[in-house]
Amino acid sequence: MMKPMPLAGMLALLATSAARAVETAGGAMEETSTGGMPQLDFSNPLMLAQVVWMLIIFGVLYYVLANVALPRVTSVLEERRQRIEGDLEAARAAKAEADTAARAYQDATAKARADSQAAIAGALQAAQAEASTKNEALNARLAEQIEAAEARISTARDTAMAALREVATDTANAMVTRLTGLKQESATATAVQRQLAAQGRA
Amino acid sequence: MAAEGKTIDALSQFELTHALGPVGAAVNFTQSNAFMLIAAAVIVLLMTVGMAPRAIVPGRLQAAAETFYEFVENLVVGQVGHEGKRYFPFVFTLFMFVLLGNVIGLFPYAFTYTSHIAVTFGLAAIVFVLTTLVALALHGKKFFGYFFPEGAPLWLAPIIVPVEVVSYLSRPISLSVRLFANMVAGHVLLKVFATFVVLLGGLGIVGPLVATLPLAVNVLLIGFELLVAFLQAYVFAILTSIYLHDAVHLH
Repeated sequence: MMKPMPLAGMLALLATSAARAVETAGGAMEETSTGGMPQLDFSNPLMLAQVVWMLIIFGVLYYVLANVALPRVTSVLEERRQRIEGDLEAARAAKAEADTAARAYQDATAKARADSQAAIAGALQAAQAEASTKNEALNARLAEQIEAAEARISTARDTAMAALREVATDTANAMVTRLTGLKQESATATAVQRQLAAQGRA
Repeated sequence: MAAEGKTIDALSQFELTHALGPVGAAVNFTQSNAFMLIAAAVIVLLMTVGMAPRAIVPGRLQAAAETFYEFVENLVVGQVGHEGKRYFPFVFTLFMFVLLGNVIGLFPYAFTYTSHIAVTFGLAAIVFVLTTLVALALHGKKFFGYFFPEGAPLWLAPIIVPVEVVSYLSRPISLSVRLFANMVAGHVLLKVFATFVVLLGGLGIVGPLVATLPLAVNVLLIGFELLVAFLQAYVFAILTSIYLHDAVHLH
């Protein structure tokens, strides 16, 4: 640290600065009789008094600063540091709170979405089930009606076919009687029966 | 205090006189001490009145007080470490006392108490005694090992020990002479150029014109001296911190 600046160097500096001061004084006739630097006039009793007073003033200043003034500054700086830290802490807490709130909101949204989707699916299923049962019932009724209608149609056809034979037999008898003057009812009936059977309508 | 006739009197500004009238004369209270009192009052007022608002967002004065506080605190903690916090009030007092002495001395009619080798040596002696006492209190007899670094060959001891002792003893001298010489040189220069202004100004018609040159030099010098005033206070404080570091850690 100060080793490169030995005593000799500092004394040289002192000497040169003093010499410079005296030199710049230009060899002027000074009012003071000493002729040198007043700082080096150690015979002056004020010199020692100055140092003694300096020690007193410096000591009092140190006491006042160390015990009154500086602790106040320390407390103010500490207060500020704590305030800033507290604010940061509060901000961090608020952020955490906001994060949890956001997460809760997201959770709630997801849950609501899932719920609604489940409800939609359920409703859809129920509707489909209902529709299918209705469909089945309708199909069954329609099949029943179709069956009944077919039965009716077949009976109607049977009766119609029976009526057809009678009409045909009667017509054939009438035509035979007109043409031949003979009444051969049984033979005609057999012929008609045969003809109908041949046409597949018996 | 200005030029008497055709002479340049650069040194009488450093002469000690009595202050505070007959009371001051009775106890040899000098004008140097009066300016010490002014400096101390300014420091205490800055640190108490300035900090009085205790504001979270400081005003100008409070910001200035806090800046000085934190500047010196960083300096001490940076050099000595956290165990150096106990010496912070001392270094702060020293720094502010030297700084205010240097700066107040730049005002017209003011006396620069840091331009007295007796004062600066007194301060350096306080530092020297304090650091030595701290070292002795913390390390006891081990402190004397400071003068012989561990690991050095023993046969070098007759060379190393005297060198280390002299360098240790020269600390207060270098510390005090540096500040004293800087302050004296600055004030002598200021005074010489100020006298040139007066002397040249009296040289007939061209006088005032020529006199502006030394005046301009003095304007520049005041700025330079403000820098030196701060720099020397800083150097004083940081060297004190370095010595305290040595005292606390022994290298």
